[in-house]
Amino acid sequence: MSMILPVLLPLVGALLAFIGTRRIGAVGAMAFAVATLGASVLLTVELWHGGPQLHMLGGWPAPLGIALVADGLSAMMLLMTAVVGVFISGYALAYFQGEASQRFFWPLWMFLWSGLNALYLSADVFNLYVVLEISGLAAVALAALGGSRPALVAALRYLIAAMVAALAYLFGVALLYAEYGVLDLEALGALAAPGLATTVAIALMMLGLAVKTALFPLHFWLPPAHAAAPAPVSAALSALVIKASFYLMLRLWFGVFDGVVTFGAGQLLGALGAAAILWGSFQALRQRRLKLLIAHSTVGQIGYLFLIFPLVSVPRVDGVSAPWVVEAWAGGMFQVLSHGFAKAALFLAAGVILRATASDQLTSMRDLAGRLPATTFAFALAGVSLIGLPPSGGFVAKWMLLKAIFASGQWWWAPVVVLGSLLTAGYVFMLLRFAFKPANGPLDLKPVSKVMQVIPLLLALIAVLIGLNVEGPLRLLEIGPLTPFLPQGGGR
Amino acid sequence: MTVDFWMPLAVLASSLVTGLVIFFLSDKSQSARTWLNIGGATLKLCGVVYMVWWTFAGREFEARFALALGFDFLIRVDLLSLLFVTLSSVLWLITTIYAIGYLEGAPHRTRFFGFFSLCVTASTGVALAGNLITFFIFYEFLTLVTYPLVVHRGTEESLRAGRTYLWYTITGGTVLFVGVVWVHVLTGPADFIHSGALAALGPEHHATLRIIFAILICGLGVKAALVPLHGWLPVAMVAPAPVSALLHAVAVVKAGAFGIVRVVYDVFGVQFAEGLGVLRPLAVIAAITIIYGSMRALVQDDLKRRLAYSTVSQLSYITLGVATLGVLATTGSLVHLIHQGIMKITLFFCAGNIAETLGLHKISQMNGIGRRMPLTMGAFTAAALGMIGLPPLAGFISKWYLALGGIQAGHPWIVLVLIISSLLNAAYFLPILYAAWFKEPTEEWPAPTGRLETSWLLLVPPLLTAALSIAAGVWAGAGFTPAELARRIAELMYARDP
Amino acid sequence: MIEQNQIYGIAAVLLFCVGLHGVATRPEMVRKVIALNIMGAGVFLFLISVAWQGARAPADPVPQAMVLTGIVVAVSASAFALGLVRRLAGLAEESAAEHGESPAAPPKEDPK
Repeated sequence: MSMILPVLLPLVGALLAFIGTRRIGAVGAMAFAVATLGASVLLTVELWHGGPQLHMLGGWPAPLGIALVADGLSAMMLLMTAVVGVFISGYALAYFQGEASQRFFWPLWMFLWSGLNALYLSADVFNLYVVLEISGLAAVALAALGGSRPALVAALRYLIAAMVAALAYLFGVALLYAEYGVLDLEALGALAAPGLATTVAIALMMLGLAVKTALFPLHFWLPPAHAAAPAPVSAALSALVIKASFYLMLRLWFGVFDGVVTFGAGQLLGALGAAAILWGSFQALRQRRLKLLIAHSTVGQIGYLFLIFPLVSVPRVDGVSAPWVVEAWAGGMFQVLSHGFAKAALFLAAGVILRATASDQLTSMRDLAGRLPATTFAFALAGVSLIGLPPSGGFVAKWMLLKAIFASGQWWWAPVVVLGSLLTAGYVFMLLRFAFKPANGPLDLKPVSKVMQVIPLLLALIAVLIGLNVEGPLRLLEIGPLTPFLPQGGGR
Repeated sequence: MTVDFWMPLAVLASSLVTGLVIFFLSDKSQSARTWLNIGGATLKLCGVVYMVWWTFAGREFEARFALALGFDFLIRVDLLSLLFVTLSSVLWLITTIYAIGYLEGAPHRTRFFGFFSLCVTASTGVALAGNLITFFIFYEFLTLVTYPLVVHRGTEESLRAGRTYLWYTITGGTVLFVGVVWVHVLTGPADFIHSGALAALGPEHHATLRIIFAILICGLGVKAALVPLHGWLPVAMVAPAPVSALLHAVAVVKAGAFGIVRVVYDVFGVQFAEGLGVLRPLAVIAAITIIYGSMRALVQDDLKRRLAYSTVSQLSYITLGVATLGVLATTGSLVHLIHQGIMKITLFFCAGNIAETLGLHKISQMNGIGRRMPLTMGAFTAAALGMIGLPPLAGFISKWYLALGGIQAGHPWIVLVLIISSLLNAAYFLPILYAAWFKEPTEEWPAPTGRLETSWLLLVPPLLTAALSIAAGVWAGAGFTPAELARRIAELMYARDP
Repeated sequence: MIEQNQIYGIAAVLLFCVGLHGVATRPEMVRKVIALNIMGAGVFLFLISVAWQGARAPADPVPQAMVLTGIVVAVSASAFALGLVRRLAGLAEESAAEHGESPAAPPKEDPK
């Protein structure tokens, strides 16, 4: 039962927000957001004690029924989405005071959340297509909420890209079904074998998901869309939505096609990730508008995630994974977590600044350290995690990735990590430099609610403090068969 | 959870808590802030004295936190860390007094003192770190908390300086990180006291180890101001005088030099490093830095910039000593860590006094200043003579050991470098002294407002540190002086890996 | 001999590629949406061809279910896209009217 709740609760909240008045809808949705957090925690606790969970909707068995499956990886994604989601919801309550767009924000946001949760719990490739589309459409609609011309243009581009991606993915699913006759992830994992159809299917699915994850060079849609959206939406898009399609790539690559993907393919993904790190961070450095800077930063930080692929797609010796695989896997997941929190903090803090100064230009951030100290501190802490300074989550991620890089002998990724850190430091400190400059005129700040100022700070604190507890997430990741720790069943 | 566990943590916490609490005070609550600062500094000093006393009696202070990443967060007291942490604590107390006097009435004092305390925390952490990764964590933390101090004034110039500072230190830190991870991959978690881990690897790793050594030195060399990574130091002089004093005597530059000491002695082992052949290039770089720094100092008219280049040069004495095999050279480098700190901070205090009281920054304006500010210039003279290496002052002691060490190791060219450098030191210090005491003033200066030439808060610190530098030199052979401690440490080190 | 469903399969791949080409190269938004639907048609056709299980057996229901779901999703997404295009056109007309010009042809192009 507890497996349906993370999907059901936000759905009910969405409906409530849709049919209720503006006020009741917002507050009701917020209540359901908190409830969803509770459900996610509950599921994680059950998983912790009882191992991977399985639930058949309506009691109908596969292949006609829809199964929900949870393992350590799903639980971790679920939890991150829930925690960040609650903070975003709280922020949005204060942000959308009486605006017209509030009417549509809450239903869409709750739909998106429900779709994301369903994605983390789905167990067959077609169901994943459906929830991928649901989340995608909700995300696009949220991106269009700004209503301005740039927002609509960016949303349209996002929509086209998302639809192409989803269709590519679906074609891959069709090919898989044609070849193997099953849709269930576990069954596919047992049957998957190298072959033309399988290779094309994997390529199509990965391509589609890469578009959704904004992997270089398919990232063109992201910066305008994330920058033009309202602050809570940008936070949700950059911190959560992108991670969902990435999660799917991990699932498919390592859980299903573990015996099929080659070392070279892993290197290709890693190379694209490296290019993303360098290109995205470099572009961020060139920006003069706050939200565009943060959006380009997302493109760059996502690149780190793709370093998992070359490090883990290494052939097994006698059925035992190479010893650095654990580090690489854990490092990548820590990057997911810390980036999620840090990026949400950044976008929400940017929202505070936009509200206060009514300007998106970096130059309008003068003397922020004096006027909005909490927000500046949030920027600083989130920046610390992005750069990867100790003891933040970003540091833990880079530590593990670097260890895996050196242990595996794939030293060519090390300079990329170093350069990425330097470029990130460049734009983070550029941001902070403006904050410390003294103001050159009378300041005209509109009041910003305390809630809106505190939430980014809390999120940034989490991003930094998450590096202190490495043990917990590591143990959580180990639960379940879809990780490289335990020997895979079949396929090899 | 004994005292042995809590005491080092308490020493760290004394400045950390102070700093965090200060951030919540408003700029106006001056007495609260003063009490917190002085109280925290005094507590830290008491803690350090306690640890010094009991470490010599045989106790071991250690706080270890096992993290799941395959390493421990380790705070450990050994003789080297005692050397550095004593320096930090004593000088923090003195600089705090100075800073209170210097920043009277200045804006954003809460921010300043908050980050000041955090800076000392980081510096203490660097001193007390028991393994390379803990060292790195505090090293990077130091970078972060010193930036707001450098840009404190908020002017265009200080922001530019801050940017330069960051580029240098963050790049160095990232390079250092790569080296640290690489070492960790090769040897697993290795504490500083178990220094044989890298040496135990087979000869097929030696090429890799040379690369790692180079990477570590590059990373540390930024803060240790090795040429050509020294560029941030003169630029950072735009910071207020207490910042320059602390940064250049205690915190940032010593952290870099201390890191090099740790790498050569505790990570690689000095005999092994000599065997790898990496010590000779290091010595050459140090020698080049010594000469280059002194030569650049000669042409500076701005007093603080001249002192900055002097720091670049003097710091590499430590590196030179580290790169030379032998008890005497090691003693020289370790004792210079302390002596240079005390002397340089005196010089910066005096420079700050002159700038604050009379508004003078350039040496060409300082004719006859000895008559107007005799106490300040007295302290300056003592420290400058020490820097030149006049016996029996502190600077002479360190140069003496280094020269003897050079001969002992069979590198007599070191003596030549030391002689040239001392001559250059004289060339850029003596004119200042001559102009200050013997020339006629070229402009009118405001008369002193009280009995003393300037606020007593600004006078006591440099007089105190000047006295310390004289004492450290004169009584160098006695029991608890830095020279004795350095000699003991050096002997222990060579006894450990013969 | 190529079987019937294989012909459909090849046609499906061709449609997919034509649609993809259309999305990539056509600047006008409405044409992009049309091209997307052609891509979708290709995928659905492929799925139907997979459902063939021989002349005597009933067609496999699973791919048919997938096609139905896919059509629903494609229709909603297309509607949404066209709605966005209309809104954009409306915005362009408004701003043209504000500036006192005669409304230009509403921009259906992707302003790259």
